[in-house]
Amino acid sequence: MTFIMRASGLGKKYRRRWALTDCDLDVPAGRVVGLVGPNGAGKTTLLSLAAGLLTPTAGTIEVCGGHPGGGRGQLARVGFVAQDTPTYRRLSVADHLTMGRRLSPRWDDDLAWRRVRRLGLPPRARAGQLSGGQRAQLALTLAIAKRPELLILDEPVASLDPLARRDFLEDLREATTGQGLSVVHSSHLVSDIERVCDYLIVLVDSRVRVAGDVGQLLASHVRSGDVRPASLEDLVLGYLEEGR
Amino acid sequence: MTWLAWRQFRTQAGVLYGGIAILAVALAVTGPRLASMKRADGASFLYDLSGAYTGLYLFGTLAVLAVPAIAGMFWGAPLVARELDAGTHRLAWTLTSRTRWLAAKLGLVGLAAMAAAVLLSLAMTWWAGPIDAAIASRDGQPGPGIFVLPRLAPEVFGGRGVVPLGYAAFAFVLGVTIGIAVRRTLPAMALLLAVFAVTQVVMATVVRPNLIAPVQATVPITAADLTFIGISGNVNVTIPQAGAWLASQHTVNAAGEPATPPSWVMQCPGSSPGHSNQACFARLARLGYRQEVSYQPAGRFWYLQADETAIYLGLALGLGGVCAWRVRRLS
Repeated sequence: MTFIMRASGLGKKYRRRWALTDCDLDVPAGRVVGLVGPNGAGKTTLLSLAAGLLTPTAGTIEVCGGHPGGGRGQLARVGFVAQDTPTYRRLSVADHLTMGRRLSPRWDDDLAWRRVRRLGLPPRARAGQLSGGQRAQLALTLAIAKRPELLILDEPVASLDPLARRDFLEDLREATTGQGLSVVHSSHLVSDIERVCDYLIVLVDSRVRVAGDVGQLLASHVRSGDVRPASLEDLVLGYLEEGR
Repeated sequence: MTWLAWRQFRTQAGVLYGGIAILAVALAVTGPRLASMKRADGASFLYDLSGAYTGLYLFGTLAVLAVPAIAGMFWGAPLVARELDAGTHRLAWTLTSRTRWLAAKLGLVGLAAMAAAVLLSLAMTWWAGPIDAAIASRDGQPGPGIFVLPRLAPEVFGGRGVVPLGYAAFAFVLGVTIGIAVRRTLPAMALLLAVFAVTQVVMATVVRPNLIAPVQATVPITAADLTFIGISGNVNVTIPQAGAWLASQHTVNAAGEPATPPSWVMQCPGSSPGHSNQACFARLARLGYRQEVSYQPAGRFWYLQADETAIYLGLALGLGGVCAWRVRRLS
């Protein structure tokens, strides 16, 4: 089995506080991974480490078989949509695509423009004039058109209204199915994850509480008898309760 | 990456370069007339200059002094700080490496800052050439109106020649460095302005006078050369050296020790200009009071310019290294 992300003893300390400790993960390739946990559990820290935006204080992390943030090739293999989906306010949608084309070695310009047209993003509009949902779509377009092996999404829908949230997630599912693309997607809402994910990582208090295939997790809990989770939501809530 | 750096920068570049272009046209139109007046009337043409020329002389010099500060404040300080502020660095750094990203931004905007400063400065140096030459030819005596300062004077030195290139490079990279440290745009801009102003004052008062060992001289205190008498009797003089910059001076007594002249020296200049009490100055000289001055002669202008430019470029390079190191460790 090939792994898209492997961490061993991974930890990150900010000044005095450990945002992530003793993180061991082996995430298989080709999965859509949901990373859930309460606010401040370390989700953003883990994803930033995977994207190479942070360097670990302890342990190691390997993404797509390489060292995160190490060189052009590695950057091209990982698409990243940061929290609050940052874009350049004063640059137009078309400018953002030009930026992606000039900076990404495996850029798919056709794909990018098809998406922009289909989503109805006005090419001449500045990113600052777009709605939150449109900005998130623009950021996702940049990350997908890079043709990455791994797409990392850090709470991309956190600031969107319910309708824009549903549209974004449905579009994400369409864009990623059948592409052989691995996705790691964080959220503090299980309902977001439930729509798209087949692999689950639960993070509580800077630690990995559980990681595994969604089907297997659900099945194992049914067998254990005393808890009978009806849904992923119940399963996750169970893990969060244990962590208290 | 250069494309992105240029795309983000072009509006700001247009504003400053547009302003410089307008000023350059005004200088180009009026410059030849200034030169022909000087040829016709010699140094006394300073008395015939209209308000427009006086205004351009003042505004042009101030503009050259302002360009480095503007480049530091509006181009340097926000260069990285605005991205950290808006979170867009997290977009850029997953598309391209931080080192390339910083190198493109520092290189492009830094070169634009240096070019803006040196182009305007050279235009102003050419335009004000006749005026600067006329002021320098007055043997240390001030000219009419605002035409009193030789180009070695601290108020004018930074507005002529090549040294604004060094200032612009330094102010720009200093702004970037402060922006990275403070991580917020507005505080970084304010801090840059304060630190740059202090650097400029220290350079003009402490470093520049000693870049080349100043010439020491002892001169008599005469009615013609006196420029200032303080309330306690301390005096300042000028020296008959065309265009020289008097960096420091003090009075010594007959024994050659630093001293304050007797208080009656206050009466020496007389009630109105041209009615000074010659006997009073003669008595001062008889008692052995003289002025020890240290100065930089006019001929050292370009040496001092080159030295100071090199110092500032060196500082800018060092700060550029600091920026690269800090950006690699930012999160």
